[in-house]
Amino acid sequence: MSNKIKWGIHPDTHKTPTESKAIETNKLPSKVIIPVRQHIGAPCVPLVKKGDSVKKGQLIASSDAFVSSNIHASISGTVIEVADKPHPVFGQSLSIVIENDGLDQWEDGVLVERNWEALDNNEIVEMVKNAGIVGMGGATFPTHVKLVPPKDVKIDTLVINAAECEPFLTADHRVMLEYSERVATGILILKKLLGVDSVYVGIEDNKMDAVKAMKAAFGDKKVNVVPIATRYPQGGEKMIIKTLLNREVPSGKLPMNVGVVVQNVATAIAICDAVRNGIPLIERVVTVTGSAIKEPKNLLLRIGTTFADAIAQCGGLKFAPDKLIMGGPFMGNAQYTTEVPIIKGANGILALGKAEIKLDAESACISCGRCVSACPMGLNPSMLSLMAEKGFIDETKDIYNLLDCMECGCCSFVCPAKRKIVHNIRYAKKVSAAKGGK
Amino acid sequence: MKDLFLVLVVMGVLGLVFGIVIGFANKRFTVEMNPLIHLVEDILPKGQCGACGFAGCQAYAEAVVLNKDIAPNLCIPGKKPVADKVAELTGKKAEEIEPRVAYVKCANPISTASKKYQYTGVNDCVAASMLHSGPKECAFGCIGLGSCAKACPFNAIEINDQGLPVIDKTKCTGCGKCESICPSKVIQLVPLDAHVEVKCNSLDKGAIKRKYCSIACIGCGICAKQCPYGAIKIENNLAVVDPSVCKEKCSEKVCLAKCPTKAIQEFVV
Repeated sequence: MSNKIKWGIHPDTHKTPTESKAIETNKLPSKVIIPVRQHIGAPCVPLVKKGDSVKKGQLIASSDAFVSSNIHASISGTVIEVADKPHPVFGQSLSIVIENDGLDQWEDGVLVERNWEALDNNEIVEMVKNAGIVGMGGATFPTHVKLVPPKDVKIDTLVINAAECEPFLTADHRVMLEYSERVATGILILKKLLGVDSVYVGIEDNKMDAVKAMKAAFGDKKVNVVPIATRYPQGGEKMIIKTLLNREVPSGKLPMNVGVVVQNVATAIAICDAVRNGIPLIERVVTVTGSAIKEPKNLLLRIGTTFADAIAQCGGLKFAPDKLIMGGPFMGNAQYTTEVPIIKGANGILALGKAEIKLDAESACISCGRCVSACPMGLNPSMLSLMAEKGFIDETKDIYNLLDCMECGCCSFVCPAKRKIVHNIRYAKKVSAAKGGK
Repeated sequence: MKDLFLVLVVMGVLGLVFGIVIGFANKRFTVEMNPLIHLVEDILPKGQCGACGFAGCQAYAEAVVLNKDIAPNLCIPGKKPVADKVAELTGKKAEEIEPRVAYVKCANPISTASKKYQYTGVNDCVAASMLHSGPKECAFGCIGLGSCAKACPFNAIEINDQGLPVIDKTKCTGCGKCESICPSKVIQLVPLDAHVEVKCNSLDKGAIKRKYCSIACIGCGICAKQCPYGAIKIENNLAVVDPSVCKEKCSEKVCLAKCPTKAIQEFVV
């Protein structure tokens, strides 16, 4: 494989505190806060009201829209509130708060045993849709939408994104080591569903044990488990396609336009559970780490567990963190309270101290061009941020391809002037979207 | 001497040829334009604010001259004098327009307000509002980074030392650019001759507002009970004044006295 990559950066990985720690399942939280918006697309409508008793796996919110995803109760208990609560991505969202009754009972008829190989493709897509599965790498795009490509698009390759290029996070790494059989089954289900011959699993080469585990799990099945260079943002959808297949997704197009569907490893597990056992997406593996956490761990947490509960399971905080982030340090969302819940796209909780965040004063752009060479999308971030600052929003979009930016943060990371490039770009996107709506 | 002659001839011939080409192009490719459009455009204030609903002053001038359904009073910054002149030029009748002015519905300065987090990002309200609706505990309050001041085409808004926008009512034309850019929708247009206004924009419950802001409207409804004409209503935990009833029927302003947080205030021009 040719590896003449020119883009990207090599940040400190910070993965050592958690990469060798087995996934732990600790006691259940006393309550869960489940937002009705956990995905890209239409928010769900709650199907339960205050005082209702619910069981684990029960459907509690759904929507008729195609681009949306069902939401299920993650514990059994009583609904004590349906109200606006802090949300890790959208600020505020209507949420269903369930108080735990300690019984952890499954909803009747949820658990089944199925032989997935005998199932029809339409049935499988329906199962994935009903289980509320979304892209669990962080983007939270409803998976069933990706699995039904338009008729005129020919899909020939399935790519499983297991790069986990963000520093600190080790959830996908541990999942591949400990749940390799379920990951492999999920991938084989996807392979059958899409009817493709070539399947690639891209794993960064700082996780060679995971490469070995996945190769062993597939046995004699024809699946390519490929170690790829460790480099941020290797796990970007378009980057991993370029690295593995040497195909370039054109500007403004989707991976399916070059015949590829990309799925995350965590999503593969959810698909395996849903199709084989009928289990909806109610729990996920989350890395809780950062210098403010007493014992960093990988935890298997129910959706809706608050950050406070998750941090308490890791021995609590050493000191008040200077920054609390959901997700990775590059593309995660900063939080102001620990009373926000884990959602389907949350792969990490980072409680960072002063040494890790480096808040330096911003100064003027010196036109050094480091951001240009770091940008994996081949954009000109310095120009984008300057134009956004000066209010030339239409020009950023029409001339400098604003919408191709995936906000990976390489530009801000390398900037010697400490400019807030990504924030400026996000600002430009927001203003441009508001203009387009008029 | 011979060189000079040559130069004169060459330059002269060249000039003649280009002159003919330009003259021909001017006749051949000329764009017919109603001279009235220029006259109307000259009257308009050139703020390019877009309050009329068109892309700028020229676009409105074109529309108002060429389309007989477009009213002559759409230029909000120009107010009555401009509307009258445009009406005269286009032969239309100008209806009266109610002069309006921008009003900031928040008095809690960012420097002392209770905050959710310390904001270190881009110095702009829209950028700050992308992170959990801004750093203020109150998600409806003024973020105070001055997007409205930047957007104002007439320099009528200044951010004071407390981080709150102050509107110069002599300069404000009521074009509404600030209203449309404000991410918290805390700046709104109100009639210039309104009597009272509520200095709060929060739709949270009264008890919650009280926790983060001592001067919020807690939606207690005392003002609504005081008003003898029923001009004040409580909607979504917030007192809302109907200016048409208020300014026509009442001159006493009895609603102000008993407000426990002094959130309802006299509107001073």
